[in-house]
Amino acid sequence: MKKFKCLTCGYIHEGDNAPEKCPTCGVGADQFTLIEDNTPKKSKGFLGGKNSNAYIIFYSTVMVVLVAAVLAFASLSLSERQQENIESEKKCDLLRTIGVPVENIAEFNKYITSSFCINETGAVVEGDAFKVLLGLKDEYEKAPAERQLPLFVGNSDGKVRYIIPVYGSGLWGPIWGYIALEDDWSTISGVVFDHKGETPGLGAEIAATPFQSQFVGKTIYKDGQIVGIKVLKGAGSSSGNNNAVDAISGGTITSRGVETMIISCLNGYAKYIDQERAKMQGQGEATDEAVIDESVKNQENE
Amino acid sequence: MSKEREPLFSAKNMKLITGPLNMSNPVTVQILGICSALAVTAKLKPAFVMALSVTIVTAFSNLIISCIRKTIPSRIRIIVQLVVVAALVILVDQVLKAFVYDVSKQLSVFVGLIITNCIIMGRLEAFALGNTPWRSFLDGIGNGMGYGVILLVLGFFRELLGAGTLWGYKVIPDSWYIANGGFYSNNALVLLPPMALVCVGLIIWIHRSRNKSLIEK
Repeated sequence: MKKFKCLTCGYIHEGDNAPEKCPTCGVGADQFTLIEDNTPKKSKGFLGGKNSNAYIIFYSTVMVVLVAAVLAFASLSLSERQQENIESEKKCDLLRTIGVPVENIAEFNKYITSSFCINETGAVVEGDAFKVLLGLKDEYEKAPAERQLPLFVGNSDGKVRYIIPVYGSGLWGPIWGYIALEDDWSTISGVVFDHKGETPGLGAEIAATPFQSQFVGKTIYKDGQIVGIKVLKGAGSSSGNNNAVDAISGGTITSRGVETMIISCLNGYAKYIDQERAKMQGQGEATDEAVIDESVKNQENE
Repeated sequence: MSKEREPLFSAKNMKLITGPLNMSNPVTVQILGICSALAVTAKLKPAFVMALSVTIVTAFSNLIISCIRKTIPSRIRIIVQLVVVAALVILVDQVLKAFVYDVSKQLSVFVGLIITNCIIMGRLEAFALGNTPWRSFLDGIGNGMGYGVILLVLGFFRELLGAGTLWGYKVIPDSWYIANGGFYSNNALVLLPPMALVCVGLIIWIHRSRNKSLIEK
């Protein structure tokens, strides 16, 4: 169907040919002109053109669904590997804490001989310690009385060592780590710390060896109480102090976070550790002091 | 593919890669992506990982946007670009987490910075929307590398002067340090972002004094 417009009055006639006479003003067919069809064309494109609302809504819907599908697929197909990586990282950290080279990860069970969970009152409770360790963050979000606290028993250099996982917050995000105690439940045989996003070169140095090696040989006990490890400002300010290490210059808030993390997490284990120490004291009080003295000497030699 | 009218690596196409390395460097000439260049360059390794990731994301977001450029409604083009970039960044992060876990730990905080990196959005707007996929891809690689070069230079000097190490290895002998009776101590200021800005300024100064055509009249 073509359209013809009367040039005199604007009347629009629809038909194959111009009308012989305009029905409103009466001019002849020569005054009619064929007008281009400017009503919305069906051929303008899918859903009426690139800038129509329908097209935009359709476009964004398809895009979002596609992207979501791709990401979901990637996440699902990679999650197993990622989980493995996370688990093997935790295992490596546990081994490093007791001084076993991480190449021995295949023999994890040889070095970490047993693991169990305790609660705040010092009683052993049901629970897979390694699973709890993977979700340690959730555990520390619970009320203290409801927490399951994982504890690992390691064996390296022919000695039994106890590994306590710790969790806290640094400057930008969570920090966590592991403290290995000698079998006197007081002397630290090694620590490993890690962090999510502390400042590289400053706070992030808590994950580096120079900071962590300071902890070796320090004790978490002072005058029969758990005091944790103080992190003191200034290089050398902790020398001779058996309950302190040097902080990282420029990483004060992260260093303080480490200090708070250690004492607050150890407090959860305090009852259990006290029980164990009480058991040992029954066996002989002297050994405890001897071990500490020895480790102090070792540290001075370094 | 061999029937391309223009060879894949013609002089004109190669200019897309070499240009951003020098005369139209995104950081020192266009002053884009400064914030992440300051944040991630305290150490060489994260700087390198960041440079590599940005190059990958820029190249592939350029490629994808260029492929679909004729279908993108102009009114929501920024959103489309953002979705593509964000999806790519998440993919890169997921792949890193699965295959190179230790590198991904270095990168984790910086992922957000890739999405907000002005270079990526800038190249999508300025280049990919108006050019063919292959040229856009090359342009993305060029700009990613132009950004990466500056990051590596910054990372090199900041790690060397600030921590006395390179790539985590000690390069300044222990005996030099004051604590061991030497004369040297690390400059902790270099590790902080303000000093990085000064370093960027120095690089721009050197770059401009070597290329007189960059100096505004």
